[in-house]
Amino acid sequence: MAVAADAAAPVRATRRVSRRVVVAAIVIAWLVLFAALRGQQTLALAAADLTDLHRWFNSVNDSIGASRNSNPLFLYFFNEIRLVIDNLVTFIQSLISQPGAGRPVPVVGWLGVVALAGYVSWAFGNIRVAALAVAGFVFLGLQGLWQESMDTLALTLSAVFVSLLIGIPLGIWAGLSDRVNRAITPFLDFMQTMPTFVYLAPLTLFFLIGPASATIATLIYAAPPAIRITAHAIRSVPATTVEAAESLGSTRRQTLTKVLLPMSKRTVVMGVNQTIMAALSMVTIAALIDAPGLGKTVVKALQTLDVGVAFNAGLAIVVMAIVLDRVTTAAGDRVEAARKRGAGRFTKWRRPLLMAGGAFAAVCVWMSHTYVWAARFPGDAGVGGAIARTADSVTLWTQDTFGGLTNGTRDLITTALLNPFETLLTESPWWLVGVVLVAVGAVLGGWRAGATAAVCVALLVATGVWSDSMTTLASTAVATLIVMLLGVVAGVWMGRSPLVDRLIRPSLDAGQTMPSFVYLVPFLALFGATRFTAIIAAVVFAAPVTIKIIADGVRAVPQVTVEAATAAGSSTWQIITKVQLPMSRSALTLATNQGLIYVLSMVVVGGLVGAGALGYDVVAGFSQGQLYGKGLAAGLAIVLLGVMFDRITQAAARRTTSAPGPRQAGH
Amino acid sequence: MIGNFITQSRPARRRAAVAGLAVLGLAAVTACGGAKVGESGSDKAGGASGKCGTFNLAINPWVGYEANAAVIAYVAENDLKCQVTKKDLKEEVAWQGFGTGEVDAVVENWGHDDLKKKYITDQKTAVAAGATGNKGVIGWFVPPWLAKEHPDITDWKNLNKYAANFKTSESGDKGQFLDGDPSFVTNDAALVKNLKLNYKVVYGGSEAALIQAFRQAEAKKSWVIGYFYAPQWFLSEVDLVKVNLPAYKAGCDADAEKVACDYPEYELDKIVSKKFADSGSPAYDLVKNFTWTNEDQNLVAKYIAEDKMTPEAAAKKWVDANRAKVDAWLKKS
Repeated sequence: MAVAADAAAPVRATRRVSRRVVVAAIVIAWLVLFAALRGQQTLALAAADLTDLHRWFNSVNDSIGASRNSNPLFLYFFNEIRLVIDNLVTFIQSLISQPGAGRPVPVVGWLGVVALAGYVSWAFGNIRVAALAVAGFVFLGLQGLWQESMDTLALTLSAVFVSLLIGIPLGIWAGLSDRVNRAITPFLDFMQTMPTFVYLAPLTLFFLIGPASATIATLIYAAPPAIRITAHAIRSVPATTVEAAESLGSTRRQTLTKVLLPMSKRTVVMGVNQTIMAALSMVTIAALIDAPGLGKTVVKALQTLDVGVAFNAGLAIVVMAIVLDRVTTAAGDRVEAARKRGAGRFTKWRRPLLMAGGAFAAVCVWMSHTYVWAARFPGDAGVGGAIARTADSVTLWTQDTFGGLTNGTRDLITTALLNPFETLLTESPWWLVGVVLVAVGAVLGGWRAGATAAVCVALLVATGVWSDSMTTLASTAVATLIVMLLGVVAGVWMGRSPLVDRLIRPSLDAGQTMPSFVYLVPFLALFGATRFTAIIAAVVFAAPVTIKIIADGVRAVPQVTVEAATAAGSSTWQIITKVQLPMSRSALTLATNQGLIYVLSMVVVGGLVGAGALGYDVVAGFSQGQLYGKGLAAGLAIVLLGVMFDRITQAAARRTTSAPGPRQAGH
Repeated sequence: MIGNFITQSRPARRRAAVAGLAVLGLAAVTACGGAKVGESGSDKAGGASGKCGTFNLAINPWVGYEANAAVIAYVAENDLKCQVTKKDLKEEVAWQGFGTGEVDAVVENWGHDDLKKKYITDQKTAVAAGATGNKGVIGWFVPPWLAKEHPDITDWKNLNKYAANFKTSESGDKGQFLDGDPSFVTNDAALVKNLKLNYKVVYGGSEAALIQAFRQAEAKKSWVIGYFYAPQWFLSEVDLVKVNLPAYKAGCDADAEKVACDYPEYELDKIVSKKFADSGSPAYDLVKNFTWTNEDQNLVAKYIAEDKMTPEAAAKKWVDANRAKVDAWLKKS
């Protein structure tokens, strides 16, 4: 592989061509060796078999459980954390969702919450998002899910609050110091790619069953975006501004508080947005350890395969996500606008208006505290039931209409694409696949990426679930391929037409925030319990990000270039293939990277619908004590796959584009 | 410590806030009115607990369990005036909760000898509280249309004859045998191997996957064979037919690698935490005395799963119709 890397490095002009040739050569060599060595040293492990490592994980887990009442680490550390977080959540719950403080209803009833949501959105955003917030929250009530929604909101707010409390200082530190940044990045990667199912059961061991564990599970997933984006924000403050401040005699602290923080405020707000979205996407999974709220409704409905009710609750999560997303985005824009504009004449009018609005909101809160009609949401007007029935009949109709067609597609993709690829990966000797991965990594991403791949391959072998990893890798690769195809088609379309963009974007948002548990049942009906079902579920989740990134990339191609090509007589097809796609290559690489990471994050969900392999191992580890260690190992394997591909694609992106493209923090 | 801090500061803060709001909003409010919170008797606070106190009941994620739990919770709340806290948890996590005091009772347990060893024998945080009266059947099932058209399929010896019909995109050139949720007790991989069946075990990964597969198979007359169990609400929708494996004899499943016989019939039982058993709570006596039949459970499960009643309403309906049984549970033993 060193030879391959060297061969690829020198002559700049022919570099891309030669790299392609080298990769092709590697693949051909792999196929030849596969034919000769098929079925040997595949490291296959049966579903119930364990390795020593897995048993060791089990024993660690057991000994923690056995000593939790005597261990000082528990008594003085974990228990204290649990107490603080438990109290925080219960406090917020008693404010908006659960009867508390000796009252039969929460302190603030629905009218108060709606008024506050509207007022806060208006104060930090604008009047349009305020209207959206009010409409959205009222809709939650009309769905008949007011209390569940407020429970979800309470949990989300607590998790986001603690995430920011930890994340913003850490992010600032990482923004100021390269060393800290380098040190925490692997941990953040780990926190985001490790499947939640893996740490759900151990969390209840450390923090007991209840809101604290659910909040901490959410927190682990939601804090990294806040840290990353804050660090990114601090870093992107122009160096000249900082130097100017320093030359005027600012101390470090003054530079931070007077220059760096104010200038990065807008990006930090974006981090808050991403953290909220991440927290909301954990709602259904946290319900598996008794987290209150909408997730519970979804999970319960699935026990009886009640698609309608699950969809109704899922829709509530989507509505909440859209409201919170738009409000925080508007808040970010306002911060930006205010920074640019400075003190204008608007401020004179704004203050009295804000005070009047505040007084009105306060009255609403008081009424909702005092009067029953304003405290309990009055009826649901049958909206929830109607949504559930409609979802049910649409699902039934889809199943009846497309049943045969979908099986055809499934069988075609499975036999033509998935099976050959899976056979190649799982039936080649492990060392052969390892060498191929390292070599391809080195050719595409340079020696550093090659070294990362080598470490990841070694660790994958050590986890004892190599064969399952390769099965998962095959499905993941096919899913990513489909995601990229969709991404290019829809992304280019959206990038070229703002109208299409406006039409498609809401369904992309829904695809990202609708809990995957909701569409599992209809997909099972359409495609059966198969690997293909898992692939489709992953595509639904991953395609939106990819499409959005590619659309942004295509839109960023200078209009002048496109016009020049049109003037030169290029057809639309030529413009797309010769101008717009090549010029947005960095966006394409980023889209592949994000598509793959998102697909990997759905591996566990895939395990619930027939994908087997790593996803099943993780789910099994969560369900059965003796498989706990294996589940943990499988979770680690997913992380390793993620790290390996992230590093290779990132390095490849840096090598193919001399000028860095638009950096998309936080996706 | 910190908890006290938060709760202490809250009333004071609220009072100040309310006072402020009251001044601001007085004019607006005099116009409207309505019942005030806490004014009428209609708001029944949950605090009216008798000597029973709090009863933490785990809810494992299947409807049959939910039926047991709903009835026990209903009786505990209405007859014993307990404050019942239901916790939605998977088995493994629920058993963990015995030691930490978060869970008092699991009211439908399927075997789980590994968990019994860990928590009852080794950690001594849990104790068995007797059978629920339900008989658990685990086995291999086919949709009714298939058993009707090919009656000999219910004998395992004929399974190889039909293997080709069960082929799917997941099973290669073998027949597919569908397995479900990983928390289920299964020997299927060993069974296929030891009975020399030309099948591949495919892991559906969830109960939803199994039910959906059987539901589709019956509707479209397609071929599916897989793992299932009774009592289960879905059987009242599609009455799956059991395939007879070599009969179970005591000890024939002792070696997990060499199993070549059917699953035993499970005596489903109840597990409670040691603390709860020693507490003298009337809820413990209720859990201990609780027994009913598969028909009883199926009925309540049907109310919940198909008639879409809330668990409380379903429990009330059954309890009202079966007062004698409930009274027997409430008698001091």
